[in-house]
Amino acid sequence: MTIVFEKRLTRSRRAMFLVPVLSLVLALVFGAMILLVFRVNPLEAYRVMVQGSLGSGYALSETLVKAIPLMLTGLGVAIAFRMLFWNIGAEGQLAMGGIAAAYIALFWADRLPGPLVLPTMFVAGVLAGAVWGLIPAFLRAALGVNEILTTLMMNYIAILLVEYLYLGPWRDPQGYGFPGTAQFPQVAWLPRLTGRVHVGLIFALVAAVLVWFVLNRTRWGYEIQVIGENPRAARYSGINIGFNILLVMLLSGGLSGLAGMAEVAGISRRLYQGLTVGYGYTAIIVAWLANLNPWGILLVAFLMGALLVGGDQLQVALGLPAAVALVLQGAILFFVLGGSIFVNYRVRIIRGHKEAKEA
Amino acid sequence: MGIESPPSPAVQMRGITKRFPGVLANDHVDLEVYPGEVMALLGENGAGKSTLMNVLSGLYRPDEGEILIHGWPVHLHSPRDAIAHGIGMVHQHFMLVETLTVAENVILGLDTVGWVPRMEEVHRQIEALSEQYGLRVDPTAYIWQLSVGEQQRVEILKLLYRGADILILDEPTAVLTPQESADLSRTLRRMADEGKAVIFITHKLDEVMAFADRVTVLRAGKVVATLRTAETNKVELARLMVGREVLFRLEKRTCQPGEVALEVKDLQALNDKGLPALRGVSFQICAGEILGIAGVAGNGQRELAEVITGLRRATGGSVRVYGRDITNRSPREIIEAGISHIPGDRVGVGLVPNLPISDNLAMKAYRHPPLARGPLLDRSAMRDFARRLVEAFRIATPSPQTPARLLSGGNQQRVVLAREITASKGILVAVYPTRGLDVGATEAVRKALLEERDKGAAILLISEDLDELMQLSDRIAVLYEGQVMGVVVPEETTPEAIGLMMAGQRAEE
Ligand SMILES: Nc1ncnc2c1ncn2[C@@H]1O[C@H](COP(=O)(O)OP(=O)(O)O)[C@@H](O)[C@H]1O
Ligand SMILES: [Mg+2]
Repeated sequence: MTIVFEKRLTRSRRAMFLVPVLSLVLALVFGAMILLVFRVNPLEAYRVMVQGSLGSGYALSETLVKAIPLMLTGLGVAIAFRMLFWNIGAEGQLAMGGIAAAYIALFWADRLPGPLVLPTMFVAGVLAGAVWGLIPAFLRAALGVNEILTTLMMNYIAILLVEYLYLGPWRDPQGYGFPGTAQFPQVAWLPRLTGRVHVGLIFALVAAVLVWFVLNRTRWGYEIQVIGENPRAARYSGINIGFNILLVMLLSGGLSGLAGMAEVAGISRRLYQGLTVGYGYTAIIVAWLANLNPWGILLVAFLMGALLVGGDQLQVALGLPAAVALVLQGAILFFVLGGSIFVNYRVRIIRGHKEAKEA
Repeated sequence: MGIESPPSPAVQMRGITKRFPGVLANDHVDLEVYPGEVMALLGENGAGKSTLMNVLSGLYRPDEGEILIHGWPVHLHSPRDAIAHGIGMVHQHFMLVETLTVAENVILGLDTVGWVPRMEEVHRQIEALSEQYGLRVDPTAYIWQLSVGEQQRVEILKLLYRGADILILDEPTAVLTPQESADLSRTLRRMADEGKAVIFITHKLDEVMAFADRVTVLRAGKVVATLRTAETNKVELARLMVGREVLFRLEKRTCQPGEVALEVKDLQALNDKGLPALRGVSFQICAGEILGIAGVAGNGQRELAEVITGLRRATGGSVRVYGRDITNRSPREIIEAGISHIPGDRVGVGLVPNLPISDNLAMKAYRHPPLARGPLLDRSAMRDFARRLVEAFRIATPSPQTPARLLSGGNQQRVVLAREITASKGILVAVYPTRGLDVGATEAVRKALLEERDKGAAILLISEDLDELMQLSDRIAVLYEGQVMGVVVPEETTPEAIGLMMAGQRAEE
C-alpha cells in the first residue's frame, strides 16, 4: 500500500474552504490536550483567548496593533515570494526602518520644521528597509549568491545594530538604566486612531492596495508573476530578471522598513528591544497562509494578531507560562500550514506495487 | 483595361500543337490576349510556356493550329515576320551585342535607319521611350557595362522602338532584384495602359497576382485554366499549376544581398558543460525564406537557436539582423530587433503553465500599446488580444482564462505560435516546432510557418524530422558537431545525401 500526493489540476474550492476549518479544529483539539496537561480547562482557555483578542474594543485594538506590522511585512515578503525571491529578511529590514526613523526623531526633530518630521521619518524608514533589502538582491542578481542565507544573516546584523544603538551611543542618559533611547519628541509620534492603533493601519491598507495594483495592473507586476511562475520563460520573453530582483526588493524591503518606522513612531516612540520581536518571521507564515494575496494578507495578519494577543491573554488571565502560549500558537500554525497541502494536492491511497509505479 | 475587354483580341492562338521528338510541348493550346492587359502565362518548368511563345514570336512553326493577330490570320515564318505584326519577345537569354552601345543594339537590324544612322536622333527617341515607360538606361553605354536588369531594359526598348504592341517576356524576373522586378511591373503596367498587349511568362505565383490582369495556366502542354487574377488566389493557382492539392509552397526567389534578413557569421558558443557547441557556423537567411537546420540532436542546434535569440552568449562570430549587429545583445533587445522564437522546450521555456492563456499570449506584446498603457497593463485590451489570437489560430480552449497547462500539446504550441507570429517582425527561429504533436496540429504548425514565409518572414527551422525539413525548407544546412557540413536545396538532394552529412561528411562543393 502506498500513499501518493497528486497535484490537483485546479485548486479545489471545497478544499480551500474546508481544509483551514478542519485544520483549526484539529489544532484546537491538539491544543486542548496540552492545556489539559497544565490542568487548565481548554474551553476556558480558548474563551479567554477569543475574549482577550476580539471580545472588546480594547481587545480588538490590541489585535490591530499587532496586525499592522504583520500586514506591512507580510505584503513585503509576499511580493518577493511572488517572484520566487526568498526574502527571509523582513525582520532585519524592519529593524533598519526603525533605526532610520529613530535617527530622524532623535537627532533631526528639533532642526526640521515640525510637520516635516514624520514625513522625513517615513521616507527614511522606507529607504533604510529598501537599501537593506537591496544588498542581498544585488548579491543575487550580480553574483548569484543565495538570498535565503544573505537575507537571514542580514537580520542578525540589523537586530544587533538596534541593540548596540539603544544600549550604546543612543541610550537615554536619563533613562535610569532602562535599555532604550529617549522618548521621541511629540512631533515624531505617529497619530493614533483609537487605543494604540496608529496611522500605520492606513499605511498597511494603502500598501495592500498598492501591492495589489502593482501585481495586477502594471507591466511590472506581470513580469514579477511570469518570473515567479517560470523564470526560464521570463528570460525567454526578454524580462530582465536581475533588474526585477532589485526593483522588487526595493519595494519589499521598503514595506518592511515602513513597518519598523510605524512601530517606533506609533507604538514605542523610542528605539528599544521591543522592536524586533519576530514580526518579520511571522510575516512569512502570514504571506503563505494568505497564498501571497494582498487582501488575504490583511485578513491573515489580523487573525495572526488575534492569536498573538490571545496567547498573551493566557499568561495574563490564567497565569500560564509564556511557553505554553507559544506552543499553542505553534500548534495552530502547524495544523493550518500542514493542512494547506490538501488544497493543492489530493491524497490517494494505492494498494499493490504495480499501480503505485504507474501513479 | 481588362475589365471591359475590347471586342477584338490582339492575339488569338487556336489549337496550337507543337511536338518535339518524343515530347508534346503544346497540346491544342487556346490563348487570347487583349490590348491593354497584362496576361501571365503560368506553369511549371517544362509546361510548354516558352515553346508556345516561341511559336507566337515566329521562332517555331506550330504543327497544328492557327494564330490571329487583331483578328487576322497570320503565318509567322520568322521573328522578323512577327515584329512586322507588332509582336516582340524578350527571351530568357538576351540577344544583345556586348561590344555595341545601347542605341546601336536598338537599331541593329532595322532597315529604316539607313546606312548612316543619325545617332543623336536615335538617342533622343530612346530617351523618350525610356521616360515614357520608366526604362532607365543610358543610350550611349556599352552593353558590357550594363547590369542584367539594364540589359533587359534594352531588350524591351528594342521592341518598343520597333513599335511592338504585343510584348512577350519570358521569365523576365528570374534575373532581377526585387527592386528591379517592382520597376518592371510598373513598366508592364504602363505598356498595357498604352493599349499594348503584354504577356509575361512565369512560374511564380506572387508575380502573377502582383503583375497580371489575367492568367493562363499551362500544365504538360495543355491549358488547364484561364482566370482573372482578381477572382483567384495563389492556392488555387498552385493547385492548377501542379495538378494536385499542394501543401502550399511558393517558389523561392533568389536571394539578394540587400534582403538578407538574418546573417550568422563564424558563430562560436559553448554548451552547458562549457565545451564548444558551435564551431564557426555561418549562413544567411533571406526574407521569405526558410532555412532548415538538419542534424542529429546535440550537434549544436539548441545552442545555435539560443545564441541567436540572446539566451546564450556567443564566444565568437556575429549575428546580424538586416545588417545590424545584435551579437550578445539581451533577449529583450533581440526581440525588439524583430526575432521571434518558438523554443524547443514548449512548456519549460515557451509557456508559463500556471498562468492563463491570455497572459501567455501577452508575453511579447505586453510592453507595447494597446496592451501597455505606459507602465500600466490594460487587462481588458489583454483579454481582447487573447480572444483575437485564440480565434485566429484556432486554439481550442474553454476560455482565454484557462491555465496553459490544461491545454493539449497541440494547443499549447498554437499558443506559442500565435504569440510569436504576432510578435514577429520578420525573423522566426523555430526549434522542433512539431515535436510531439499529432498529425492535425503538426499540419497547422507547418502551414503557419509557410504562410509566414510567404508573407516575407525569414525562418530558421531547426528540426529532427528530415521529411519536415525537406517539405518546408528552401535550403537545408546540415549541422554536425557545431559545424555546417553543407547547405543543400531540398529539390536537388536526397535524404540519403543529407544523412551522410549528418554523419559528418562534408558536401562536395
Ligand atoms: N528545341 C527543343 N527541342 C526539343 N525539346 C524541346 C525544345 N524546346 C522545348 N522542348 C521540350 O518541350 C517541353 C516544354 O518546354 P518549354 O516550352 O521550354 O517549357 P517552359 O517554358 O514551360 O519551361 C519540355 O519538355 C522541353 O524539354
Ligand atoms: Mg521556359
